Amino acid sequence: MKKTINVALPKGRLGDRVYSLFERAGYACPSILDPGRKLLFENEEAGVRYFSVKPSDVPIYVERGVADVGVAGADILLEYSPDVYELCDLRLGRCRMAVAAKKDFRDDNSRPLRVATKYPAIAREYYRSLGRDIDVIKLNGSIEIAPLLGLSDVIVDIVETGKTLAENGLVPFATVTEISARLIANKVSYEFKNKEIREMASRAEAAAVGGEK
Amino acid sequence: MNGSVKFSLSRAERAVFALRALYESRGYERFKVNKFEEYDFYAGCKSFLTSENVLTFTDSGGRLMALKPDVTLSVVKNADPDAGGVRKVYYNESVYRDYGDGNGFREITQTGLECVGAVDEATVAEAVRLAEESLAAVSEGRETVLTVSHMGVVSGVLGGVDPSVRDEIRGYMENKNADGVRRAAAGAGVGGAVAEKLVSLLSVYGSFDDAEGELLRLCGDIPECAAAVAELGAVCRSAGDRIRIDFSVAGDMNYYTGIVFRGYVNGIPKSVLSGGRYDGLLRGMGRARGGVGFAVMTDLLEAYPGAGNAGYGTFLTDGGDGK
Repeated sequence: MKKTINVALPKGRLGDRVYSLFERAGYACPSILDPGRKLLFENEEAGVRYFSVKPSDVPIYVERGVADVGVAGADILLEYSPDVYELCDLRLGRCRMAVAAKKDFRDDNSRPLRVATKYPAIAREYYRSLGRDIDVIKLNGSIEIAPLLGLSDVIVDIVETGKTLAENGLVPFATVTEISARLIANKVSYEFKNKEIREMASRAEAAAVGGEK
Repeated sequence: MNGSVKFSLSRAERAVFALRALYESRGYERFKVNKFEEYDFYAGCKSFLTSENVLTFTDSGGRLMALKPDVTLSVVKNADPDAGGVRKVYYNESVYRDYGDGNGFREITQTGLECVGAVDEATVAEAVRLAEESLAAVSEGRETVLTVSHMGVVSGVLGGVDPSVRDEIRGYMENKNADGVRRAAAGAGVGGAVAEKLVSLLSVYGSFDDAEGELLRLCGDIPECAAAVAELGAVCRSAGDRIRIDFSVAGDMNYYTGIVFRGYVNGIPKSVLSGGRYDGLLRGMGRARGGVGFAVMTDLLEAYPGAGNAGYGTFLTDGGDGK
């Protein structure tokens, strides 16, 4: 008997694009397009049940086994290092994690670099690899304002088009890592729904590659 | 007057009794270790530990002590086999760990076994069989899987790659992160052909008979890999039908040297059993002998119960009148 796969989707624009990809991969669930007050959407025939959660919570639902698989940005996976399998790159939500600062920024190596970011673990790992001593300032939003007000020397943040940076007089200086949406799986679900999850990963990856052509 | 008293058992307690009965029936003797050791003992083996954080305190003599974060280290330090023999022991202990998940230090109960001494393929095969039987004993009728790999296959493919790069690649393999493996390999100047072999290893999954052909095609020309595949075959064929080959199962390559494995029970979202052959750990401790063992995390059985009742135990009394 085919086992149903529970899928955690990220809420918002990325979630809509991810669902479209799953639809192309053969995991349609038309009721999700007219949600009303429902929170769970199931297509028994396709063997799939969807629910949407805050993007940064997707790995938690997957790690704890409530969702068998989920879709999360590489930024979230790098920051929180959840104990999950990262099965494939869905090639959606592509952007980069970058270091940015005011145009006239020059690094003063005589003191720790002040780094404002929503991603302290990623920032620490990046500067550790460079051997640079830093003072991490964890912020929850409006990161671009930090160097303008003198709170930090640089920021480490996600850059999509670079437009927000430019509007605030900031320029990207270095790329920390490339970011895109990844299909992740719970390690125990992978054992007990192996055939179904491997098939889903294979079909989703094919749809992702096809979507780029 | 003689009689009996019936009392309730938690799932974890019932599991411990079942495992003790299993291990004693196979000739394993009970081994008790101290709740704490000198901190320096653990500091020297930090990368063998699940978490580098250790709960410390200063004893009355001013020595820095640590509540035990791991049982294997204490067992191998103290369980001396006869010359040429294998000491086979089992334990039921608490360890104290901080997994870095924001919950701080926790007490975790483990029941497991260790074989130390002249460990050979037959000893490893017995440990794997017992791991499979342990899963069945604690599963409450739920489906179980024991995933198995061999460190020799991965280290054979990696060849003489720098240990720090090797560890980074192993980390990505544990999460089946093919992009990460490729990126780490490219960043360290490891050839693309090696990276693709590792990525292909990640997609190998199934019984040994299902996996053997693909494994030999991928790396059968490398002597270390061929020997590892042969040992994997011998061990898996002597075990039951719940074994799956999966190269995301790995351990620190400085310590784990042969077969490594991890056990799962359907309905528990984390692995409940982990173990492997750790000759490298013993070499690091200056002991020229082998070791293999595993632990069952019995507290997970309590946290994620099956459908059955916890159960009862009975003990016989002499009537309680003191006669």
